[in-house]
Amino acid sequence: MSLFSRTLLRHITNLPLSAGAIRPFSVSSSLFSSTSTVKPPSSTDAIDSKLKQTLDDFVKQNKIAIFIKGEPEAPRCGFSNAVIQILNLHGCQFKSKDILSDEQLRQNLKIYSNWPTFPQIYFNGEFIGGCDILLDMHRSGELVQELNKIGIKSKLADVEKNNSSQTSN
Amino acid sequence: MDITKDNIEKKLRDEFEPTYLEIEDISGGCGLKFDATIVSYKFQKVTLLNRQRMVNDVLKADMPKIHAFSQHTYTPEEWEKKQSTSTPAATDTSVKACSNCDK
Repeated sequence: MSLFSRTLLRHITNLPLSAGAIRPFSVSSSLFSSTSTVKPPSSTDAIDSKLKQTLDDFVKQNKIAIFIKGEPEAPRCGFSNAVIQILNLHGCQFKSKDILSDEQLRQNLKIYSNWPTFPQIYFNGEFIGGCDILLDMHRSGELVQELNKIGIKSKLADVEKNNSSQTSN
Repeated sequence: MDITKDNIEKKLRDEFEPTYLEIEDISGGCGLKFDATIVSYKFQKVTLLNRQRMVNDVLKADMPKIHAFSQHTYTPEEWEKKQSTSTPAATDTSVKACSNCDK
């Protein structure tokens, strides 16, 4: 067995096998008959695992996490500003990271979120979208409901309730 | 291929066969800021997030060079409803105030 094969085999034995019934022989034969078992790094694998963990923690530990250009007090882009204004309008607490001050973060986030632009918005670890989507959710009233789902009562909740009761009466 | 309003429009038209498509250059001269309204049957039963992912995908090669890209995606039904309910003044001027979108 060549060194390459041994290395490959060692690699594959470290992987969790879903089908426990597969005998070692059949595993190795399928391994050497095809190169497709060696998975090429997908785009999310390209992120440094430590940074990925940091991002996972950040978006999961904060009910609302946003990646913006600049600081919330001084956004450096109109789209980031719009997102902050909307969240403030609903009285939401949020945590933000400035992507302009960290080029590595900025490039990796495009891969992490599979989204090419900023701002990027997360609710409870789930990617919501960018400025257009938040604005649309705000306009349609969906944002109040989505905030409610993650345990945040929007300042506008009562306003919208009054509006809807007026139209239904 | 240079990124122009026409190129973007063609790519979107080829992919989405829109019943209505409007690309607006909102850069005010400094280039490459677009505001797109796309109305297509292909958005039916697709969430807003995934619609935007579809559009981003079509423009994947151009995105790194575009400074700002705002998109509004509707199905023909949604678009019709929107046209009949919203007043012309209710367009979003807020997001067009982008002053520092370097990619």
